[in-house]
Amino acid sequence: MTVNLTIDNQPVTVPKGTTILNAARSIGIKIPTLCHMEGVVSPGSCRVCLVEVEGARTLLPSCIAQVAEGMIVHVNSKTARTARRTSVELILANHPLDCNNCSRNNNCELQTIASDMGITASRFPRLVQEHPLDLSTSGLTRDMSKCILCRRCVTACQNIQQVGVLAAQKRGFATIIGGGAKANLAETTCVQCGQCAAVCPVGAITEKDAIADVWAALDDPKKHVVVHTAPAIRAALGECFGMPAGSRVTGKMVTALRRLGFDKVFDTNFTADLTIMEEGFELIKRLTDAVRDKKAVALPQFTSCCPGWINFAETFYPKSLPYLSSCKSPMQMESALIKTWYAQKAGIDPKDIVVVSVMPCTAKKHEANRPEMVDSGFKDTDYVLTTRELGKMITAAGIDFVNLSDGRADELAGESTGAADIFANTGGVMEAALRTAYEVITGRELPFPSLHVASIQGLDGIKEASFKLEGCKPEFSFLEGVTVKVLVAHGLGNAHKVCKKLEAGELAEFHFVEIMTCPGGCIGGGGQPRLTDDNVRRARIAAIYSEDESRALRKSHENPEIKQIYAEFLGEPLGHKSHHLLHTTYTPRQ
Amino acid sequence: MSEKEHTCGCDNALYQELNAFIASVPRTRDSLIPVLHKAQALFGYLPVDLQEYIAKALDVPASEVYGVVTFYTYFTMQPRGRHTINVCLGTACYVRGAKQVVEAFSELLGIKIGETTPDRRFTLTAQRCFGACGLAPAVMINQDVHGRVNPKKVAELLEQYK
Amino acid sequence: MNHYRTQILLCAGGACISSGCESVRDALLREIKANGLESEIEVITTGCMGMCEIGPMMVVSPEGIFYQKVKPEDMADVVREHLVKGCVVERLLYKRADNDELVRFLEDIPFFKLQKKIVLRNCGKINPEKIEEYIAVGGYEALGKALTSMTPDQVIEEVLVSGLRGRGGAGFPTGLKWKFTAKESADQKYVLCNADEGDPGAFMDRSQLEGDPHSVIEAMAIAGYAIGASKGYVYVRAEYPLAIQRLSNALDQARAKGLLGEKIFNSNFSFDLQIRMGAGAFVCGEETALMRSIEGYRGEPRPKPPFPAQKGLFEKPTVLNNVETYANIPYIIMHGGAEFAKIGSGKSTGTKVFALAGHVNNSGLVEVPMGITLREIVYDIGGGIRGGKDFKAVQIGGPSGGCIPKEHLDTPVTYETLPALGAIMGSGGLIVMNEDACMVDVARYFMDFIQDESCGKCTPCRIGTKIMLDLLNKITHGTGSEQDLEQLEFLAGQIGKSALCGLGQTAPNPVLSTLRYFRHEYIEHIKDKHCRSKVCRSMMRYTINAAACKGCGLCKKACPADAISGERKAPHSIDADKCIRCGACMEACPFTAIEVK
Repeated sequence: MTVNLTIDNQPVTVPKGTTILNAARSIGIKIPTLCHMEGVVSPGSCRVCLVEVEGARTLLPSCIAQVAEGMIVHVNSKTARTARRTSVELILANHPLDCNNCSRNNNCELQTIASDMGITASRFPRLVQEHPLDLSTSGLTRDMSKCILCRRCVTACQNIQQVGVLAAQKRGFATIIGGGAKANLAETTCVQCGQCAAVCPVGAITEKDAIADVWAALDDPKKHVVVHTAPAIRAALGECFGMPAGSRVTGKMVTALRRLGFDKVFDTNFTADLTIMEEGFELIKRLTDAVRDKKAVALPQFTSCCPGWINFAETFYPKSLPYLSSCKSPMQMESALIKTWYAQKAGIDPKDIVVVSVMPCTAKKHEANRPEMVDSGFKDTDYVLTTRELGKMITAAGIDFVNLSDGRADELAGESTGAADIFANTGGVMEAALRTAYEVITGRELPFPSLHVASIQGLDGIKEASFKLEGCKPEFSFLEGVTVKVLVAHGLGNAHKVCKKLEAGELAEFHFVEIMTCPGGCIGGGGQPRLTDDNVRRARIAAIYSEDESRALRKSHENPEIKQIYAEFLGEPLGHKSHHLLHTTYTPRQ
Repeated sequence: MSEKEHTCGCDNALYQELNAFIASVPRTRDSLIPVLHKAQALFGYLPVDLQEYIAKALDVPASEVYGVVTFYTYFTMQPRGRHTINVCLGTACYVRGAKQVVEAFSELLGIKIGETTPDRRFTLTAQRCFGACGLAPAVMINQDVHGRVNPKKVAELLEQYK
Repeated sequence: MNHYRTQILLCAGGACISSGCESVRDALLREIKANGLESEIEVITTGCMGMCEIGPMMVVSPEGIFYQKVKPEDMADVVREHLVKGCVVERLLYKRADNDELVRFLEDIPFFKLQKKIVLRNCGKINPEKIEEYIAVGGYEALGKALTSMTPDQVIEEVLVSGLRGRGGAGFPTGLKWKFTAKESADQKYVLCNADEGDPGAFMDRSQLEGDPHSVIEAMAIAGYAIGASKGYVYVRAEYPLAIQRLSNALDQARAKGLLGEKIFNSNFSFDLQIRMGAGAFVCGEETALMRSIEGYRGEPRPKPPFPAQKGLFEKPTVLNNVETYANIPYIIMHGGAEFAKIGSGKSTGTKVFALAGHVNNSGLVEVPMGITLREIVYDIGGGIRGGKDFKAVQIGGPSGGCIPKEHLDTPVTYETLPALGAIMGSGGLIVMNEDACMVDVARYFMDFIQDESCGKCTPCRIGTKIMLDLLNKITHGTGSEQDLEQLEFLAGQIGKSALCGLGQTAPNPVLSTLRYFRHEYIEHIKDKHCRSKVCRSMMRYTINAAACKGCGLCKKACPADAISGERKAPHSIDADKCIRCGACMEACPFTAIEVK
């Protein structure tokens, strides 16, 4: 059913239920918004999208108000323009206006809206409230004096992630977003997923900046600075330079990193493949123990590559910890191997090596700082940059990213397969694991079109797949006829549901569970270019799968460097060295 | 004895009564405000550890409980004095001089609105109209309403509450 | 059942309790016992009789003699003279302020004479703690009638015909609200009562719940039947402990009598109510905020649509009316909507309860037919301005309302006329102000209130009202400029159009209405740095009239700022820079030599 209306004298026909905002967009009229998150929440509180509707008693928020037959809307009337401008000016009156010193300068929704409206000075007296900076966590910085109370972060934290940290407090002009009575995030149940930072329209919540540290390392001639980049970076980094979401920029990224001065450009994808080997064999071991030897084993096995999920499990579901794979994340495996295997092979003293990882994630900054992550004898990962931070460094270096030629990651810890690529999105780790595990057990390739497990792809919150193991190799004959059941969840709200099921004993049928903290997986990470909505997620996911499909090698165990490292360094999956360098333990957190 | 000791120790009688109340209501979000009312009635105020206790009991994030407590002015995180002076600042009282009455209390007790005297004898609060406009300006001390108060009567009023 | 020859109705409304009616009752009972009259005389404590100014008060029936300002020590006389000898105790009768005439009967007092009691029909007449008394005066008959002889549609039709409009503020037709909710289909619907009376200066809901709680319960059950709801909540201010206690007692009694619960009046209709206490947030008077609060969240309003009729409490279709609106319902069902519609004026049918207060001789609770003029309320019922001063304005509608000046005193009070004057009917706060009230300060007072009570969700209310308050503070402190006034007006206009909820949208009304009628006072504050009502202290200048000053030195002693100097027996003077304008000198001076400008 469609509805006919008039917006600024232009007739427009849209489906019933369309908001005035989207109806206007459909005819090329852009109405600004701040609190609105398309498809997620529209509190109608910022009043920046007000429009005049003939016959209405007041102005209406176009992000909420739906079209009606015969409606006459004025976006550009003096009344509507003045009201929107007044809302913005009021917000500016209560904002530090310290744009030059803000990490969001030139990338701030408020700044853009104010500039689009032609606001050069607020007519109102300044009413800035000073609040102390929260620098308590490794991953995030909060500056509530910049907060405009749009509450997108609250939606991300309470409704989507359901970690219950950020909430509106006090009332009226004194209203502030915070973690309850605890002044600092570090004292709360915050898992540092950064979804709050990912949706913040201004500079109130951002990742803790490591750019200066990385420049200092690069500038230090005594340091051998090595970088490695997570699978999700290549599908999003281009957005920092105006490229459309879903642009694949793997080669340009490598070139840019070399130009920035990194001595070696490796790829976290290498250890993503290695994770599959270790985690896959760990799963096979658990299955063997359970099915063949009838031992009491924690099954299903849960993935462990996502640091937000680890924090979450340690904080909210300590009983789930035995179910987690003991594998470190690919980032920590890569860093540990760089300071051991690579250092040895390259003949460099690991104390002179600085490892920088580029991650789509703020929780990775926390992970790098976990006290146990020193298995190389040094802090394994020295600095973590988010995709956004890398984008800023490239811009600061004056590199014309869009027109760069493609480079290739350095050898030794830079080769990877399509299985590693798909670590970047929900369902990917699972699919990659199944590609290898199935082949190890049966000797045959995973019997699905293009090696994809369709039912665990996509943006549904909780997904399942199951298939029967038939024709197992003799050593796995005990698995013959077993129906393997796997489960995939992304977004911590969904993780809550899965963990509650685990606690209730309702996952006994399952063998392997993949959890990713961020909606969509790492492609939607808290450190990715803003603003990530479902359309952007889908575009990045499509890029990741096409990256995978473009590869000659698409199964982790086929990666020649993986074969090499087992042959000359690690021995075998789950072997002694692996245990030392690639596996870890978890501790319940209060 | 510190405030913390005052309200901790999950086995004390106040907590038992609170637990009984929590057990009598559904474990749903809409029980939060009734539980906070009950807790404040029992403990006199809602310190952070008590809020966290309630948050756990009702499975509501502690930050949300804090958000609710700090939204509603009836809830207080400050311990109360033995007597609560509540000066009405409703319109009727205001136009009949309630502001001066507040100032008189404030001056005599040496505390501002929302504060408690160091000896915990009085807490001074103000409220928008408790419906005794016929007696304006009105002051409520504990549950007693005193009508037609003027600044000169303030000292005498305080004398009645030891 | 015992039949008493005489019943004494003793007002136990909130104000009379604080005036000591409980000790009066104890003394009365003691005297009755001493005279052996226990089996002949019944003492009934009732809800608010309305004229709080002259409490504690009592009515001796059946003769209807009205005694006012009674004290415990008067009870011996009342019992001995009146109850034993049959002589009226004249010294306790009400004396008219205008002609000193003694008035024997309550209904002859002008304050009561012009009133028309529908909502407050039982307040002051029955003991609110006894359901039997409510039933004895026809209580729950309307519920019985609705359940046994009317369809839900017929109930809604009667309410529609009555023309009853919401008494909480906006005046939306109650019948329509019910109709919209009734036509939604849902597994659960809710009936809510807003008793979170938050307007400063309004206390009719409190009096209603304290004086006649069953009228609200009965009406809510009728509403439940009409819309198909089996559950309801009364959201009442935590600051009203007596109302909560009486309501909760009434609920227990109604349940015990089967008037709430399963299969009421043997029909298939089941209904029950719960009390939810507010927690001190004015914004919870806004319907979506109130529902959010019942759900256990911060009481922040949400945009409408969807309206509560479609998605209300717990996302279910919900009817929400306030206490006074409900109290009309049993009358409408019993007497018919058409009969109700005869009362009032035009589209404003029925009566309105006002809390009359401020600089008026008779403050209290009054119920008047719609269409009565403000002059009748202020002068005939209210007895005019206290202390012979001049009337300046009447503030009607609370923080969302406005101030109406002298020239509009003859305006009939209706839902249409008040908004035309920049005020609203509101919930019924009616504050009379004399020449001592500074209208800029009154605007500042309401803006301070709104700013303090703003939930903080939407930008215009959160930041806009803060700026408006700052501007008003500047003006009342004598540092305002014409540009400030311009900005004040600009913001007032903007917030009205752009705030999220009704409270924010009406927040500028007190400023707009005072600007409309008392702009000159704003200008005086800004240009002349002068407050004609001598309210805005920073603008006041204390001086000593040398001719009148005897040099006694009392003022000097009284001054807390050491601002007064002068030799003994010689005229003193005040150092304006040191003066903190506290007025202590003025109070201390025995010769009225201190003047203030």
